[in-house]
Amino acid sequence: MAVPRFAVLRFPGSNCDQDAYYVIRDVIGAEVEYVWHQDSSLAGFDVVIVPGGFSYGDYLRCGAVARFAPAMEALQQHADQGKLVLGICNGFQILCEAHLLPGALIRNQGCKFICKHVDLRVENNQTPFTSSYTEGQIISIPIAHGEGCYVADEATLDMLEQNNQILFRYATTVRDEVTTGNPNGSMNDIAGICNARGNVMGMMPHPERASESILGSVDGKGVFTSMVQSMMELAV
Amino acid sequence: MPRVNVFVTLKPSLLDAQGRVVQEGLHSLGYNEVSSVRIGKFLELDIEDTENLDEKVHSMCERFLANTVIENFRYEVVK
Repeated sequence: MAVPRFAVLRFPGSNCDQDAYYVIRDVIGAEVEYVWHQDSSLAGFDVVIVPGGFSYGDYLRCGAVARFAPAMEALQQHADQGKLVLGICNGFQILCEAHLLPGALIRNQGCKFICKHVDLRVENNQTPFTSSYTEGQIISIPIAHGEGCYVADEATLDMLEQNNQILFRYATTVRDEVTTGNPNGSMNDIAGICNARGNVMGMMPHPERASESILGSVDGKGVFTSMVQSMMELAV
Repeated sequence: MPRVNVFVTLKPSLLDAQGRVVQEGLHSLGYNEVSSVRIGKFLELDIEDTENLDEKVHSMCERFLANTVIENFRYEVVK
C-alpha cells in the first residue's frame, strides 16, 4: 500500500485542524486533505482526524451540534468499515456525542480552562494508535480544555477496563514521584479511550502540539506514526 | 401554538463543579443556609400545533436537547 491518506474534518469553529494537517504532511510525511463538514463523502481516506476547537461555538453541549453535519454520516460509515478515526479534544467530545465512543466529557472539576503539559501513561500499546509506544511509558503532551472530565456509568467503566480500551491515563505518580496528576477529575484518570472494535479513538490531550522538539515535546508524534505503521502493516 | 418548557439537569450522581462554585459565592454573600446548588439548562420551545406532541418532545430531548449519558430531562406544556 502507498502512504496512507488522512482526512482532517473541519467544522465552523475547528481550530486545531491546521496543526493536525501540518504534522501529518510535514512531520510524518503522509498524504492529507481537509474535508469540510458539509461534504458527504470520505471515500478514499484511510484515517479521519476529528480535530480540536470549538465546533459550532460549543452551543448546547460541546460536540452536540457537530454530530449532525453531513460529514458525520460519512464518518459513521468509515468507522463501520473498520477504518481508523482519531478525535482530539473537541473531536473526542464530538465522537462521544455521536455515540462512536462511550461516555461523555463534562466541565473540569476545578471549573478552569487548563492549558499545560501533562504526564500520560500509555496503558495499552497493542492498538493502531499507540503501537509506537511501550506499555507503561510516560509521555508529556499538552491539554487545552475546559470540559475534559471524562464520565461514564459503572458498567461502561468496567467494560473499558476489562477490554483494555483505556489507551492513555493521566499519570498521578511516576516512580513514586507525584506528577502533574489528573488535571480535570476524569473518572479512572482517563485521558484517551478507544471503542470495543479498536478502530475509533478519542483523547483530550493534543498529540499534534507535541510532535516537534521546537515545541518542547515530541511525545505526541507516536500517535501519528502508530497509525501510519498499522496501515502499512495491514497492506503487507 | 403550544409552548413547551424543557429542563435539562446534570444527573445527581455527577458532581456539578459550576454549581459548587455558585454555592460558594452565595456563602460569601452570607447565605450560609444554601446547602447545594446545581445548574441546569432551561429551553423554551414554541411548537406549531402537531399530533403526538408529547412523544415528539420526548424524542427531541432524548436525541439532542439532553445527553442522557450525563443529563436528565423533564418538560411541561405551558399553553
